[in-house]
Amino acid sequence: MKIRRTWRVLQRHWTVYTKLYKSSFALNFIEPVLYLVAMGMGLGMFVSDINGQPYIKFIAPGIVASSSMFAAVYECTYGTYIRMTFQKTFDAILATPVNIGDLTAAELAWAAVKSVIYGITIMIVIALFGLVDSPLLLLAVPLIFLCGLIFAEVSMITTALVPGIDSFSYFYTLFMTPLFLFSGIFFPVETLPKAVAGIAWFTPLYHLVNVCRAFSAGHISAALGSVLWIVVVVVVLAPVPFRLMRKRVIQ
Amino acid sequence: MHIVSAHSLVKNYGIVNAVNGVDFAIAPNECFGFLGPNGAGKTTVMRIISCFLPPTSGTVTVFGLDVTERPSDIKARLGVMPQEDNLDPDLSVFENLVVYARYFDIAKKDSVPLVNELLQFMELRDRGGMNIKELSGGMKRRLMLARSLVNTPELLILDEPTTGLDPHSRRAVWEKLNLLKFRNTTLLLTTHYMEEAERLCDRVAIMDQGRIVTIGTPKNLMEDHGGDLEEVYLKLTGRSLED
Repeated sequence: MKIRRTWRVLQRHWTVYTKLYKSSFALNFIEPVLYLVAMGMGLGMFVSDINGQPYIKFIAPGIVASSSMFAAVYECTYGTYIRMTFQKTFDAILATPVNIGDLTAAELAWAAVKSVIYGITIMIVIALFGLVDSPLLLLAVPLIFLCGLIFAEVSMITTALVPGIDSFSYFYTLFMTPLFLFSGIFFPVETLPKAVAGIAWFTPLYHLVNVCRAFSAGHISAALGSVLWIVVVVVVLAPVPFRLMRKRVIQ
Repeated sequence: MHIVSAHSLVKNYGIVNAVNGVDFAIAPNECFGFLGPNGAGKTTVMRIISCFLPPTSGTVTVFGLDVTERPSDIKARLGVMPQEDNLDPDLSVFENLVVYARYFDIAKKDSVPLVNELLQFMELRDRGGMNIKELSGGMKRRLMLARSLVNTPELLILDEPTTGLDPHSRRAVWEKLNLLKFRNTTLLLTTHYMEEAERLCDRVAIMDQGRIVTIGTPKNLMEDHGGDLEEVYLKLTGRSLED
């Protein structure tokens, strides 16, 4: 793997993104705002304060985490799959000095960059809503990047294994939706039975929600365990997508 | 020195044996063609030479470098025009070439004049701003040929360069390839069209079921086996006209 060749592919993604961002950007941005308004303002009227916070303020940092997750996951499932199969963009790129390792690295890194783009956008939105207590939330950005890499790794592993594009609906229904609902965005996972709450600890979104919530409140130390979890898991998972993508693309 | 040489090349996909021990060597400035029915193993050989697939056994060197050891160094000096359209649909005609040049570390200040020159050469000059899906089949082919030339390759690999094209577009592609030959680019192509092989190739290898059945100049093959190249092909690949 060569950084320069990875960078070339990232440049391609950036060129395409800057051409098309107006349409895709709006979509990724509207959905989280809808959640914030519907759940925070609508449902929030009937919910008492959680940990001393109004409901909308409780969920806001979680929405930052979930939008950055969806940005990375979408990129490395449908995005990567379409480039790999229907558009044959991978074939074209692999005919240049870029090798499959460089290409996989670029796909992962690009997904993490998109996590950051959407994470920052939602941070700005919740700040405008007056839902952020501390500028320390900005320190969550590097963790959004790293956690974006974890989501990208998991998605890329799925992409390398699925027989067809329809199979992603299993991934979204059986993995992404539970992740979104049970990672502490809408209620503290501690309210769930202990066994179920325990499962959350093994999933990346739970830790990113912890980080965003703690940093937004200005209590960095409350999320140090989650920071460590993210740093360790991103490294441990890394070799898997590279191995599987090589196997998938090069027979 | 040979531009490409293969020794006892074998490629298996699982239990399927696609290439079954082939040997050949391609000299500088030569135009070398692979003929053969679908599934004969031509594309697999092309993909191994272009460092896309590793051989199961045997050795392949390109520019004297082993394909499994130095793929990036080889690919930097190759041009590849695949069978299927793999132009980047998210980019315009012009951007397709500039972005592709970037993969070869060609800076924008150098790639822009080069891309304009290539579009001119391929008669696509006024199509630069178009979307890929607006192009006809012939234009896509010419654009792919232009793209395969952005790094001024020493060896150009063309997998069925004119399949699916109308006679005018086919002739346009042949004309460009002849010009490239004239400029001393080594060409390696696969084709189903005997006319294409006769017009372009200095030597051809006829492949069938993963093996090279014969190698020679089109003229020699016709003399040795009698009839025109199509008859030689049908005779050697074991298919009669009735099939």
